[in-house]
Amino acid sequence: MTKKEALYQYLLRMGDDSLILGQRLSELCGHGPILEEDIATTNISLDLIGQATLLLEYAGELAAEPKTNDELAFLRIEKHYANTLLVEQPNGNFGDTMMRQFLFDAYRKPLLEHLMQSVDKRLAGIAEKALKETKYHLRHSSEWVIRLGDGTQESHSKVQASLESLYRYAHELFFENEVDEILLNEGIIPAAKTLFPLWEKTVTEVFEMATMSLPKNNWKFQGGREGRHSEHMGFLLAEMQYMQRTYPNMEW
Amino acid sequence: MVSEKVIFDLLEGVFDPEVPVLTIVDLGIVRSVQYHEKQLIIEITPTYIGCPAMQTIEKDIESKLKSNGIQKFEIKTSIAPAWTTDWMSEKGKQKLKEYGIAPPQEELDKSVLFGEPLVVPCPKCNAKETKMVSQFGSTACKAHYQCKACQEPFDYFKCLR
Repeated sequence: MTKKEALYQYLLRMGDDSLILGQRLSELCGHGPILEEDIATTNISLDLIGQATLLLEYAGELAAEPKTNDELAFLRIEKHYANTLLVEQPNGNFGDTMMRQFLFDAYRKPLLEHLMQSVDKRLAGIAEKALKETKYHLRHSSEWVIRLGDGTQESHSKVQASLESLYRYAHELFFENEVDEILLNEGIIPAAKTLFPLWEKTVTEVFEMATMSLPKNNWKFQGGREGRHSEHMGFLLAEMQYMQRTYPNMEW
Repeated sequence: MVSEKVIFDLLEGVFDPEVPVLTIVDLGIVRSVQYHEKQLIIEITPTYIGCPAMQTIEKDIESKLKSNGIQKFEIKTSIAPAWTTDWMSEKGKQKLKEYGIAPPQEELDKSVLFGEPLVVPCPKCNAKETKMVSQFGSTACKAHYQCKACQEPFDYFKCLR
């Protein structure tokens, strides 16, 4: 694998995480539990789709046959998406949505902070821009996890159940293979072993404040990074790709 | 060849579509106006990454320049260095307040998860007793606040750095 191929794959991972989570959050537009949260989740969705635009644009230029970011976003088949299983999980109840967001934000923030030091200046620029917004996302999702966990008995048991069902997907955020090895040696990306303790610190602190406990089992599911997705992904793509599939090459 | 200063002055007449009291120069969206080998290049930057106003802003710049007889130019979008509220002009901050949007305040580093609560004075009555209703507001760049003194709900232009 060449450096260019590795970077293409890495940008797809980041871009797809942003795109798919952004798509999930956009489903809440007009359906948020309260007006302020309806606005908050769609704002975060917009930021994530903005990040995906830049990341997939860069990826498209590196592809073996150059592609636009729209082609990458809307015209790939399921097994060519490289997002983690975590971000494609359904919105569920509000606790599920916030827990999914929190586990992701707690990983994204230190990742972007390290990418700002990347020798790849274009990726460093995207990271600098995205970091500012991601700090707001993390603050928002942390506050909700604490409020729900340390809230009523019912909110506590619901959000604890969200953690039980989503935690098994979190470790895939630190998936590494040949792609990472190549880029790490080039000084383009940070190592998972650098990021994991930072993520762990954030989640431990927040769960402590939220009076929550980590699941006792040690289940770790993965597959998304290599294109093996959960059953939810197909339905998400069917909705997201509908317009481009039905009216090929349509533009706004 | 029209001077860069003249172009810049024309851009002072292009308003932000979301906050129509501010020009794109007040906001710090226009990064540079320069000639590169006789080609006029206008560099703009988005406030937030997914800001949907960017396309409208580009079109507005185009029509402003064309209606003033400037036909040949290129608009480039750059994201690095990333936009910060520090680039907003003092005049812009004053105009925001008069419009009813609280301008960005000095904020602590967000790496501290829960720092001291931020004081955002009410743009209507100047009372310091206000509360944040939501971290996110009517656009990506704003948060939603309410004044405890006059009860007025208002937008706060978030500090971004």
